[in-house]
Amino acid sequence: MAMRETPSILPLSVQGLSFEADGKRLLDNVSFTLPKGGVTSIIGPNGAGKSLTLRLCHGLLAPCEGAVRWQAETGRRHAMVFQRPVMLRRSVRANILHTLGAVGMPDAQSRADRALERFGLAGLADRPARRMSGGEQQRLAIARAWALEPEVLFLDEPSSQLDPGATRQIEDVIAALAAEGMTILMTTHDLGQARRLSRRILFLNRGRLVEDSPTETFFAAPASSEARAFIAGDLLW
Amino acid sequence: MDVSSAFGAAFSLIVSLDPQFMQIVGLSLRVTLTAVLLAALIGLPLGALLAVTRFPGRSAIVVLVNGLMGLPPVVAGLIVFLLLSRSGPLGGLGWLFSPTAMVIAQTLLVLPIVIALTRGTIDDLWSEYREHLTSLGLTGWRAIPTLLWDGRFALATGLLAGFGRASAEVGAVLIVGGNIAGYTRTMTTSIALETSKGDLPLALGLGLVLIFLTLAINAAAYGASRIGARFAG
Repeated sequence: MAMRETPSILPLSVQGLSFEADGKRLLDNVSFTLPKGGVTSIIGPNGAGKSLTLRLCHGLLAPCEGAVRWQAETGRRHAMVFQRPVMLRRSVRANILHTLGAVGMPDAQSRADRALERFGLAGLADRPARRMSGGEQQRLAIARAWALEPEVLFLDEPSSQLDPGATRQIEDVIAALAAEGMTILMTTHDLGQARRLSRRILFLNRGRLVEDSPTETFFAAPASSEARAFIAGDLLW
Repeated sequence: MDVSSAFGAAFSLIVSLDPQFMQIVGLSLRVTLTAVLLAALIGLPLGALLAVTRFPGRSAIVVLVNGLMGLPPVVAGLIVFLLLSRSGPLGGLGWLFSPTAMVIAQTLLVLPIVIALTRGTIDDLWSEYREHLTSLGLTGWRAIPTLLWDGRFALATGLLAGFGRASAEVGAVLIVGGNIAGYTRTMTTSIALETSKGDLPLALGLGLVLIFLTLAINAAAYGASRIGARFAG
């Protein structure tokens, strides 16, 4: 990816983020900083607020309290891939072109070609996107986001719908993107995946950020009893 | 004249492409297709807008539009008649008893169908696409082109339903068109008139063409949904 002259939007500073719906506090005073580079995984039990945190960071939802602050406000330099990728009722190529057109990216055709090539979708370019396998759809969703040249990529449970083979492909893609310098914040319920991909773990429980530590530290010596129970419970499954 | 010879005469009218007969079929198609086109131009964006926006009174509008789908054609005709009659607000245009008046009346009949079916289709699509489009900055009216295009097969079915309603109705075009021979006489008004006059071959011939058109519309609607299922998944 070509380096841009525009200033970096990182670090991202999340301060005292809270979110309520129907009188229930779903996220409670969450603060962390996301510096440039690497994969950070948000983990925690169902309903901990993992996806919610991504949506707030991406700006899909507005927090009740607290703030999401980017270092520079230079347009949308972050993109998000959803747990169930939204496939437009069009061809694979048209899906990418639509995304590029929506944000007014120049040279859409050649960008789309590069994205198709980069994610092994060139042979499927004219297929209806919704007729592809789950793994291919997830790759298209990531290709679509990548084509926007985001500095930060939010991935919500990128492999929760996929079989083991497709999961490994997606993990390879994520690792490659991180190696190219993209900053990735993802949620996962797969502790093995979090351990394989990320250098840092944010552990959420019941809407609170309980731990924020390097991956090795988190798994070797979790500081909280909640994290210990979560890791142990996961191993029991 | 007995019924079987009426059938024979009707067929020969169709096969020989009788000028008077063709003029009536041609006018009917022109009026109805123009009305559907106008209703599509107005109704597709409006229906989509109803689906993607939330404002006070929206529910009332949705209920109103749904109710208007059952608007009796004679009432639609009456409304347009009152608007276009010499003493009406648009009387100065001189459109009463012309094909233009018929187009307006049929547009009024088709519009609620197009708006209601579009809203339903786009509602479903929007709930599926919402987060992705919002992520790309396509919210409110800016989401509408994407949604209309992706709903194209279902929306085509809605337009065909509108075409079916317009081509089959007789009350509205009779009131505002006046059933003037060679000018505002359509298939349905001719059938009503010729049957009462006892000219069964013309009425039957037109009836057969109408039935054929209805079948063709349904075949097209079925085809559209099949193609949509295959292409869009």
